[in-house]
Amino acid sequence: MSPNKLGLVLLALSCASWGAEPDAARQKELVHLVRQDCGSCHGMTFKGGLGPPLLPETLRDKPAEGLTATIYYGRPGTPMPPWKQFMSEAEAAWIVNKLMTAFPE
Amino acid sequence: MRLLLSLFLVFLLAACAGPQLRGTGDLGLIIERSSGHVTLVDTSARQPYARIAGLGDLSHASAVYSRDGRYAFIFGRDGGLTKIDMLEAKIVKRVIQSGNAIGGSISQDGRIVVAQNYSPGGIKAFDAETLELLSEVSAEYAPGQFSKVVGLADTAGNKFAYALFEGGEIRVTDFSDPRQPVTRRFPAGNQPYDGLVTPDGRYFLAGLFGEDGVAMLDLWQPEKGARKILEKYGRGEEKLPVFKMPHLRGWSVAQGKAYLPAIGRHEVLVVDVATWKEVGRIPVRGQPVFVMARPDGRQIWVNFAFPDNGKIDVIDTLAGKVVHNMEPGKGILHMEFAPRGENVWLSARDDNKVVIYNTESFAKLGEIPADSPSGIFFTSRAVRIGF
Repeated sequence: MSPNKLGLVLLALSCASWGAEPDAARQKELVHLVRQDCGSCHGMTFKGGLGPPLLPETLRDKPAEGLTATIYYGRPGTPMPPWKQFMSEAEAAWIVNKLMTAFPE
Repeated sequence: MRLLLSLFLVFLLAACAGPQLRGTGDLGLIIERSSGHVTLVDTSARQPYARIAGLGDLSHASAVYSRDGRYAFIFGRDGGLTKIDMLEAKIVKRVIQSGNAIGGSISQDGRIVVAQNYSPGGIKAFDAETLELLSEVSAEYAPGQFSKVVGLADTAGNKFAYALFEGGEIRVTDFSDPRQPVTRRFPAGNQPYDGLVTPDGRYFLAGLFGEDGVAMLDLWQPEKGARKILEKYGRGEEKLPVFKMPHLRGWSVAQGKAYLPAIGRHEVLVVDVATWKEVGRIPVRGQPVFVMARPDGRQIWVNFAFPDNGKIDVIDTLAGKVVHNMEPGKGILHMEFAPRGENVWLSARDDNKVVIYNTESFAKLGEIPADSPSGIFFTSRAVRIGF
């Protein structure tokens, strides 16, 4: 991806993160997805497993846009797959925001 | 009247006899991953008989059994190692042995329980009787570089085989002297993600995530080193994203062939175990997670990664293809066969139950409520290598 294109993507992602929150039912689905399916590598309590921990203190110094892009596009060369077929960019940004603060049970 | 009298006498005798004697061969346990419980089950009655709390974080927990099937050793994600008495239905010992664990195994002689850990990466050996720490082997693969340990399996002679995810190695640690373990290292390939030992205990296979292929070590001739089989099975085709790592634990060797999950493909790979050459691929309805042989080897049952984790495909090994599709519940995480395979228990995480099916007729036989069930482990594992 060219730096220009990456910039656009990051801009789009950060704009998306300002958008409306997912509704309550969708939030519930996303929480379940993150705890159970992301949890199969990162641990159900996010303390890490084959994938790194996703606790607020481990994410604190990382830019939210980069984390959102990691969820949405995956990380080539690592086992982290892209999740874009299951959520929107705005929803990925919502997940990052929750992970960085307090993730719902 | 005579019948009544005899019944009364039988009752009286039973009451005098004290605790009822019971074997352990048809018992088992279900991990309830999100609430730290295990439910103990009787596989003949197909019913639960006890539930035990207080086992900590059980996501990705697994269990092994003492040789007599009386004690279960449960390895929790939070590093908890819990010993359960299956007959008294209680915890007899519990230790926190690491910060982040992934499973464990028990030695051939049943005296040593070994846990495999992600952080700090390495393995630890415990006395099976007391859970006293005997020794540990770090997963340092280069100065200051520690790896997560995957695929730990028991092999002959109180040796344990395992692989290092970041380190790209297969290792064999010999606990003949449990306080002075001796470790041999074998370069294996890029990112081994899990391992298995064949039913005869001869070969250790490590699936590779970072490349298409499987690393294999002949434990009877370890001096020959690990070699790759199924190399480049993708042949440049683009891989599908992997939403859950496959698991190799459990025997997937049947009728002279090994059945293995393909990484990033909706396929089961078939390998001839005499030549270790690929002899076929079977298309399935998702990315395989568990590819497990029924104990007689006639069928292979396959479950799948998200988003196909409500499906099960059954392969007939004689026909060499899928002969039955089912959707037995939501979030099918694991399966366990009755010791001789006449039925199979499937955990449906998102339906909060375990469902039981007849493996011949595929008829549903019953279900057992459980809170987010994941692993199901029967005491028949006690007598098998690599379980």
